[in-house]
Amino acid sequence: MPDPSFIFAQSLSGLTAAMYLFLIASGLSLIFGVLRVLNFAHGSFYMLGAYGAYQLVQWLGTGHGRFWWATLGAALGVAILGGLVERLLFRYLYGKEELYQLLFTYALVLILSDVAKIFWGTQQKSVSRPPGLTGSFSLFGTTVPYYNLFILLLSPAIALGFWFVLRRTRAGRFIRAAALDRETLGALGVNVDRLYLGVFMLGSFLGGLGGALVTPVKSIVPGMDTEMIVEAFIVVVIGGLGSFWGTFLGALIYGQVLSFGILFVPRFSIFSVFALMAAVLIIRPWGLLGKPLK
Amino acid sequence: MPDRVLVVEDLYTAYGLSQVLFGVSLGVAAGECVCLLGRNGVGKTTTMRSIMGLTPPRRGRIAWKGQDITGREPFKVVSLGIGFVPEDRRIFADLTVWENLDVASRRQRSGGWTVERVYDLFPKLRELRDRQGGFLSGGEQQMLTIARTLMGNPELLLLDEPSEGLAPLVVEHMTEQIGRLKREGLTILLAEQNVEFSLDLADRVYVLEKGLIRYEGSAREFREDESIRHQYLAL
Ligand SMILES: Nc1ncnc2c1ncn2[C@@H]1O[C@H](COP(=O)(O)OP(=O)(O)OP(=O)(O)O)[C@@H](O)[C@H]1O
Ligand SMILES: [Mg+2]
Repeated sequence: MPDPSFIFAQSLSGLTAAMYLFLIASGLSLIFGVLRVLNFAHGSFYMLGAYGAYQLVQWLGTGHGRFWWATLGAALGVAILGGLVERLLFRYLYGKEELYQLLFTYALVLILSDVAKIFWGTQQKSVSRPPGLTGSFSLFGTTVPYYNLFILLLSPAIALGFWFVLRRTRAGRFIRAAALDRETLGALGVNVDRLYLGVFMLGSFLGGLGGALVTPVKSIVPGMDTEMIVEAFIVVVIGGLGSFWGTFLGALIYGQVLSFGILFVPRFSIFSVFALMAAVLIIRPWGLLGKPLK
Repeated sequence: MPDRVLVVEDLYTAYGLSQVLFGVSLGVAAGECVCLLGRNGVGKTTTMRSIMGLTPPRRGRIAWKGQDITGREPFKVVSLGIGFVPEDRRIFADLTVWENLDVASRRQRSGGWTVERVYDLFPKLRELRDRQGGFLSGGEQQMLTIARTLMGNPELLLLDEPSEGLAPLVVEHMTEQIGRLKREGLTILLAEQNVEFSLDLADRVYVLEKGLIRYEGSAREFREDESIRHQYLAL
């Protein structure tokens, strides 16, 4: 019987990882749910959010609240980049074969990864935790950094806010209607092109925000983009592509499986997650909370 | 005729390689109810989709109140005052009745349609306002799809086969409500196969066959002309 405080520590670390994953994967899932394109460059947006936050922290020097401004600035910068990519490139992919989308977004992954290397090299970078959240406290014998607690609270808050927007606001009704039937929404007088742009920017914002917020707990390295897109992809496959709560559930499961899988197959902890995804794909190909595609 | 608000001239429309319209021309005057009759697959829906910009024509011209709108994006066509009620209804299944109406409301256009006013037109929808669109019956969906398009405050309504698949009693109710809209001054272009339903509402009739207009006349002339009805419509 393992030590209970160890189990608690593992599940807490899995939960923290899950909250990051949710933030990032929800952007991927939103874009897929509405625009029906799977943006493999979403992991690259996450990476650029991290590098962007690092760069802004450098520029802002010792300014007051610099971490928060850098985080916001990086996420907005990624949203704007996402908007440009959607306008100039992505819009030609709507309704095209999946293979085109895959090849195209993969090309974007390669380009953005080289761009990041040109600007920031291959040395790993790091950002320190914002002042005020540098300490930690003890819970059931486990040390919990305040910053992790902040992430544990922020991510569900964003999830709830997001859900509220989708369910209770007019913008949310437009988004849900566009996900169901783009043509009809256009024939009712809605500028769906502009709506798509907004959704793509919002999804990219979430990816960039996840990247910026991860900088105090993970070092920024080339390759973090592909690592993240694989994880986010598994999360949405488990939860159900385009399903909001499915993404949340998928992230929670992923976090726990990963942090306990490490105990059984230490060197291949990702294996347990792949096994889980395979099981979901066999039993419920559309994911736990997703809907079968027509 | 100078008083025609909608003028369609020599429309050629295709889906990919399959050409459907071969020079359709028609006109609708303000306040008129014009019916586009024709059998299955002759191009009634395609004519309406061309006007809306959903399937832009390859050739030809569409003018609305003197302005060329050929190939404009659908949301712009709506903003100029044309509303489209699709024959397959296209209700947003996961949205409630009220939400379906709300996404279609175009407040920047005057015309005064509000959710309350469409509930007055179709009181059944008021009772069903919190029900998801996917759980409505065929007749209820038909009411909702018309109500939804009205929320955009159109001056011209393109109504595609509103009687299709409805029970006779429901069709009667539909005739009444559409007649009411017409009396309130709405201009209507109606696509139908159901001759009885159309003649109750129409002022004028066009008969479409294989992508071409074969007959044009007043509803009265058409009613009296048995041969036309036999020739172009399966009766
Ligand atoms: N999306 C499409 N792609 C290819 N062909 C189509 C498409 N939609 C319609 N067609 C074809 O175009 C022709 C005209 O169709 P349309 O829907 O305009 O006819 P309709 O007069 O509205 O018929 P109905 O009374 O059945 O509604 C038909 O032969 C149909 O098969
Ligand atoms: Mg039709």
